[in-house]
Amino acid sequence: MSDFPDKLLLPDIPNLHRIDVYEQHGGYAAIRKALAMTTDAVIDEVKKSNLKGRGGAGFPTGLKWTFMPKQTSKPKYLCANGDEGEPGTFKDRQIFELNPHQFIEGCLIASYAMGVRATYVYIRGEYVKWINILQHAIDEAYAKNYIGNKICGTNFSTDVYIVRGAGAYICGEESSLMNSIEGDRGYPRVKPPFPAQVGLWGCPTTINNIETLTNIPVIMNRGGDWYSKIGSSKHPGTLLYGISGHVNKPGVYELPTGVLLTDLIHKHAGGIHGGKKIKAVIPGGSSTMWLRGDELEGVRMDADSLKAAGTSIGTAGVIVMDEDTDVLKVLARITHFYHHESCGQCTPCREGCGWMEKILKRFMSVDGNIEDIDLLLNVANNIEGNTVCALGDAAAWPVQSVIKKFREEFEKRIGKIPAENKYIPPPHLVAKSG
Amino acid sequence: MLTQENLNKIEELKKRYPDTKSLTIPVLHIAQEQYGWISEETMKEIAKLLNLPVNHVIGVATFYTMFNKKPVGKYHIQVCTNISCQLLGAEKISEYICKKLDIRVGGTTDDKMFTISEVECLGSCGTAPMMQVNDDYHENLTIEKIDKLLKELK
Repeated sequence: MSDFPDKLLLPDIPNLHRIDVYEQHGGYAAIRKALAMTTDAVIDEVKKSNLKGRGGAGFPTGLKWTFMPKQTSKPKYLCANGDEGEPGTFKDRQIFELNPHQFIEGCLIASYAMGVRATYVYIRGEYVKWINILQHAIDEAYAKNYIGNKICGTNFSTDVYIVRGAGAYICGEESSLMNSIEGDRGYPRVKPPFPAQVGLWGCPTTINNIETLTNIPVIMNRGGDWYSKIGSSKHPGTLLYGISGHVNKPGVYELPTGVLLTDLIHKHAGGIHGGKKIKAVIPGGSSTMWLRGDELEGVRMDADSLKAAGTSIGTAGVIVMDEDTDVLKVLARITHFYHHESCGQCTPCREGCGWMEKILKRFMSVDGNIEDIDLLLNVANNIEGNTVCALGDAAAWPVQSVIKKFREEFEKRIGKIPAENKYIPPPHLVAKSG
Repeated sequence: MLTQENLNKIEELKKRYPDTKSLTIPVLHIAQEQYGWISEETMKEIAKLLNLPVNHVIGVATFYTMFNKKPVGKYHIQVCTNISCQLLGAEKISEYICKKLDIRVGGTTDDKMFTISEVECLGSCGTAPMMQVNDDYHENLTIEKIDKLLKELK
């Protein structure tokens, strides 16, 4: 395996965020190589790599690019999705901070392959520091004519702009993201039509995740075949695993797809605080189904293995909870999040998320009763699949999986909490009266 | 009124978009930087500037949580309380700051120096617990770090 450098996205090279350092290490060779190829050949190379989108849905990137119409009188656009709002996910900011030029180069190759006029990089509004770093890198690339008019002496022109979000989780959903760029509320759109037909300002548009695009220069340099052999065969490449919660060394680890979840937790993230046991793991950001501590053995971090385990890879943001964790409290917090972030467009999600939060709060006090468990499940089941976008599903899945896997935690709560311990909101949360 | 410098910035941004509606969010950001918050007056000013219905600007400004619809203190402390931070004691962090500043979540100190909010995931799960003060992230928080920071911000 010595052939495979272990880090393709975040190599250990000091000052790689500077364009001169990036160039010294072979940077911007991939875009020159691509520009000398036909656009079809570039897309074929990406198809060969079998690269899957890193934003959560895992759609094959090369195939997505072929959906863009070749003949059109309208300008075509690329949106790079750096909204990164999924709780447990903190990988894209590492790319902006440590290797912004590789991401920019990925945008340029994608733009050339699809004939894109401009890339809009949508970054969550709170990431001021990282927006500034990326803007600096974009300015450097403009100055060296990698971006702009007739790039690298060819006839191809393209622009890259940053759009700053304003604090809405839903804008990570691709059609909400486009509405947000257009200056509207971030309401998801009904599909079809798909963005490749009717996207940004009614024009053909492709939306890719930041990490996905950062993989593209590697694929151009080393070839799709080479890339397709890294990690799991059906879900190849390296992933930026973000691991957080009760582990000794939380952080972002770049490793091939298909590492054992237990290795990720114990070998790379240094094990659990105080050597405790694991109660639960959320494998791919807050929207994915939970795994119990006794279900982790043999589970690999790739799309197929996690699917077989009844969950999904999501954004590869792993959240680990130790044996002392109150899972109901965590679930109530997650559900509060989805209630808060529901855009309000679809009734099942807008109302259902609030109802789920209300029922969960009953369990936090003595007011929960045995029928409430099935009522909660019923509400979750009626949200799932009945909304325009996946936020409704994302809210339902954690609830469904926690009821399935930790039913006894609900039952334990019923009538067992003495009245004097009844949930009273902490004083700092209660608004000052009069 | 937006400053001439900000108006120039907006003029420059127009080149990036095919219409003025797309400038709604960028201009709200610019306005909030200048005024500290988005008042109804500001929304009207933006609508006029971009030639958009006032209701559109109100709709957008109220949809996005980052736009403050009421004035905030000089330092806006936003404590993340989502999963990873919750697991590592975000509740205690928030409680401690509230107690120290003698305010409740959502409140502002009498001297208008500090506002505290509890917010959703800020993408810092690996360095939890964390909070944002104005534009800056403060990560791996401890009580000592908070004491030191609040002292410096006085």
